[in-house]
Amino acid sequence: MSTSIDLPVLTPKDFASDQEVRWCPRCGDYSILAQVKKVLPTLGIPKENFVFVSGIGCSSRFPYYMNTYGMHSIHGRAPAIATGLKVVRPDLQVWVITGDGDALSIGGNHFMHMIRRNVNLKVILFNNQIYGLTKGQYSPTSPQGKRTKSTPYGSVDAPLTPVSVALGARASFVARSVDVDIQHLCMVLERAAHHKGTAVVEVYQDCNVFNSGAFDFASKKGEKEENCIYLEHGKPLIFGKARDKGVRLNSQNQPEIVELGKGISEDDLLFHDEKADDPTLAFLLSQMRYPDSPEPMGVFRAIDRPTYDDELNDQVRDVTEKLGPASLEAMLNSGDTWTVA
Amino acid sequence: MSAVDAETNGNFRTTEQVDAVVIRFCGDSGDGMQLVGTQFTNVSAVFGNDVSTLPDFPAEIRAPAGTLGGVSGYQLCFSSTDIYTPGDEVDTLVAMNPAALKTNLADLKRGGTLIVNADAFGKSDLSKAGYESNPLDDDDALAGYRVHKIDMTRLTRDAVADLGLSLKEADRCKNFFALGLVYWLYDRDPSTTQEWVKSKFAKRPELAQANLAALKAGSDIGYSTQAFTVHYKVPPAKLPPGKYRKITGNEAVAFGLVTAAHVSGKELFYAGYPITPASDILHELSKLKNFGVRTAQVEDEIAAITAAVGASFGGAFAVTASSGPGIALKSEGIGLGVITELPMVIVNVQRGGPSTGLPTKTEQADLLMSMFGRNGECPMPIVSCSTPGDAFDAAREAMRLAVEFMTPVFLLSDGYIANGAEPWKIPNLSDLKPIDFKHTREPNGKDGEYLPYLRNDRLVRPWAVPGTPGLEHRVGGLEKWDVTGNVSYDADNHQHMIDTRAKKVAGIADHIPEQPVEGPDSGELLVVSWGGTYGSIRTAVQRAQRAGHSVSLAHIRYLSPFPRNLGDLLKRFDKVLVPELNNGQLRFLLRAKYLVDAQGLNKMKGKPFLVSEVYDAILQHLGKA
Repeated sequence: MSTSIDLPVLTPKDFASDQEVRWCPRCGDYSILAQVKKVLPTLGIPKENFVFVSGIGCSSRFPYYMNTYGMHSIHGRAPAIATGLKVVRPDLQVWVITGDGDALSIGGNHFMHMIRRNVNLKVILFNNQIYGLTKGQYSPTSPQGKRTKSTPYGSVDAPLTPVSVALGARASFVARSVDVDIQHLCMVLERAAHHKGTAVVEVYQDCNVFNSGAFDFASKKGEKEENCIYLEHGKPLIFGKARDKGVRLNSQNQPEIVELGKGISEDDLLFHDEKADDPTLAFLLSQMRYPDSPEPMGVFRAIDRPTYDDELNDQVRDVTEKLGPASLEAMLNSGDTWTVA
Repeated sequence: MSAVDAETNGNFRTTEQVDAVVIRFCGDSGDGMQLVGTQFTNVSAVFGNDVSTLPDFPAEIRAPAGTLGGVSGYQLCFSSTDIYTPGDEVDTLVAMNPAALKTNLADLKRGGTLIVNADAFGKSDLSKAGYESNPLDDDDALAGYRVHKIDMTRLTRDAVADLGLSLKEADRCKNFFALGLVYWLYDRDPSTTQEWVKSKFAKRPELAQANLAALKAGSDIGYSTQAFTVHYKVPPAKLPPGKYRKITGNEAVAFGLVTAAHVSGKELFYAGYPITPASDILHELSKLKNFGVRTAQVEDEIAAITAAVGASFGGAFAVTASSGPGIALKSEGIGLGVITELPMVIVNVQRGGPSTGLPTKTEQADLLMSMFGRNGECPMPIVSCSTPGDAFDAAREAMRLAVEFMTPVFLLSDGYIANGAEPWKIPNLSDLKPIDFKHTREPNGKDGEYLPYLRNDRLVRPWAVPGTPGLEHRVGGLEKWDVTGNVSYDADNHQHMIDTRAKKVAGIADHIPEQPVEGPDSGELLVVSWGGTYGSIRTAVQRAQRAGHSVSLAHIRYLSPFPRNLGDLLKRFDKVLVPELNNGQLRFLLRAKYLVDAQGLNKMKGKPFLVSEVYDAILQHLGKA
């Protein structure tokens, strides 16, 4: 990005803007904002080289609260705006801030195409399974049967799993964390920041006004250990407060929960490989959803794959080398010409 | 003027010199009519004629062969004088099948030359075209024309017989047979086409040979058949001195945008989604990567406009192009560009609407959408192209206004300009001035802060780009506090910002030329026009002026804001006539803004105006009809 010799030492404070933060009291967004401010100074990137681009929704106010460059844009379009920006300015680190409705409903198209192109963007998807800003309608991640203002008799829509969607589009980096799990969230954000390519981080985020407690299973101490599996590359899938349970593949290649001991050892379990070329296993993990099974948290996939912005800019350089530097004279005089005396 | 050539074999042929000829090639959409039309245009342009073209093709890539819906046509006018239109009536019609004959014969002038591929008039071809009997046998119906029934399919097969082609491949050469015949008829030098064929089929030399053989066979038929008693010469036109090339409107838009960026030391970013008739702008720009042009074919129209917004925020010269339905999708993103006050050019190559409408046919019905088609008070400058070559200047001007005034700008083209071609005098590079702009590098506030909405005397805000230390700021779609750019719901501020954005755009009138008028600047009738109708309307006005009528023409390039003298100009004429390929959109604006009783001539048939239509309307409004 740039040489670190002359860089001033930055602190989280340097990234706080002069704008009053206006989320509801106890909103999960505060924690995410705080962790991002913690991670950015560790990256060795000058403050002016960060850009935050958001869509619409509570979370999308985020850029106002960062003392960096930013754009609070329109519904669902942040990935496209960020793509245009990143292509012309590969020197910048561009973060996309989005929510479950913004990314997966109105912006589903752009979300998918940003990921399949692998634009070098960092994406934080705030998932609270509800529309907060428009005051409480169900979202594309709300569970079926969810009763809201627009679904008084229960939603009939089948929900999307953001991590599965990202993997389906061949994401090079996908992770999941929870707003209040500070250390875990920091770790995941830091890894996303260092990833080259589209890095999608889904954060379970509590909307205590319209959907309070939706993620208690993953955030409450004493419960989360039983309900979540913390993924670590090269390690077996073990969970439980006593770390006595694990996941293995059965004869149908489906995950099954087993108790360790009683003839089952760690070696029988599924080992997490975030670098696997084939996203099948990562997808399988993403389909493990609470309460049917414990939910994986952490980095599902982190692979190297060429980025769109690099490829596009390399092509510009290659073609320039091949055709020679631009000549307006040559362009305007291309094709058949003739002279009138 | 005519002369008699002594031909070496003893035949005597008459060569007639004419000023202008209109030819139309028509056939099935797979017959290669656009290709031969383009070749004829190139050969005529290189020869030194003025040329104007009107490609006309169906929206279906391949409608069922031989049907009326699948007819593709290419009309061109070439002339020894300055011309502005592809012509009203056709002098020579080449019809490759019955469907083409049926849909085009009405445009052939009485006494004109009709060349048909007689082989294609079999029973099933006739029935596909809805003919109950063979029109070629109906001497009465064809009595007004010089008819040449030629077995093109058979003669083409004979010409390529030794080359080992399949029957299908052989038959595909018959468009070159037709072209060769017309080359002979109009005394064209085929060498440009011969070179093109050789390079086009460099990897299939047998196909190159076949097409060249077909071209020669066509020419030989003209030479050896007694039926062709006359052939024609159209001398070169007396165009202003200079170096010329042929250019289409879409090429000119692409060249203009790249030129504007390049001479300003900038690189262009273009995001688009394929749509007829705008796609060629993407195709042209994609080739120009060595100018640093970054083109992205993105997932939809919304991504195209918003990617342009992002690139502009990053400091690039940003562009997107589409046609009406695509522009409709971009509306919200354009509004974001207006409120963030970021420069970009949005090209609208208009086509018949509403909705998907007539994708391959021309119309100019998106003017009001460009003026008003966004939510909220959202004013934008609008620049329009008048001819294919003019699109080069119009595109550069659109980019200048965008960058100098920090605003999205509409550039209106249309299907007729986009695909039409004309000789274009290649501009002198030293005449192409850079755009006056700079990125702000220093804080502009008292306490070393950056105020993104602190305006200059033109009400233009600064353009600081990410990566500049100390100028970190946020923009977005919510209303801004004046000066600071912070989010604001303040009532008075909202009023102030709406007024300010409108004033900024209106102020552009002081930085564009006054409206020129062709003819006296007062009189009985002022014809007011805009866009691609320029050629027909100018020709009609000139004809009326030569006939001694008091008529002038104001062809408007700047549709928002209007040139500052336009209101006065309108009032100096007794009557105002506004011909448009829409239901009266410019007329509506003129009436609203200037309270002038403008009358309309309106046509929405997917076709340009004929000169005669405009001329007749002029006489009618003068009370001379």
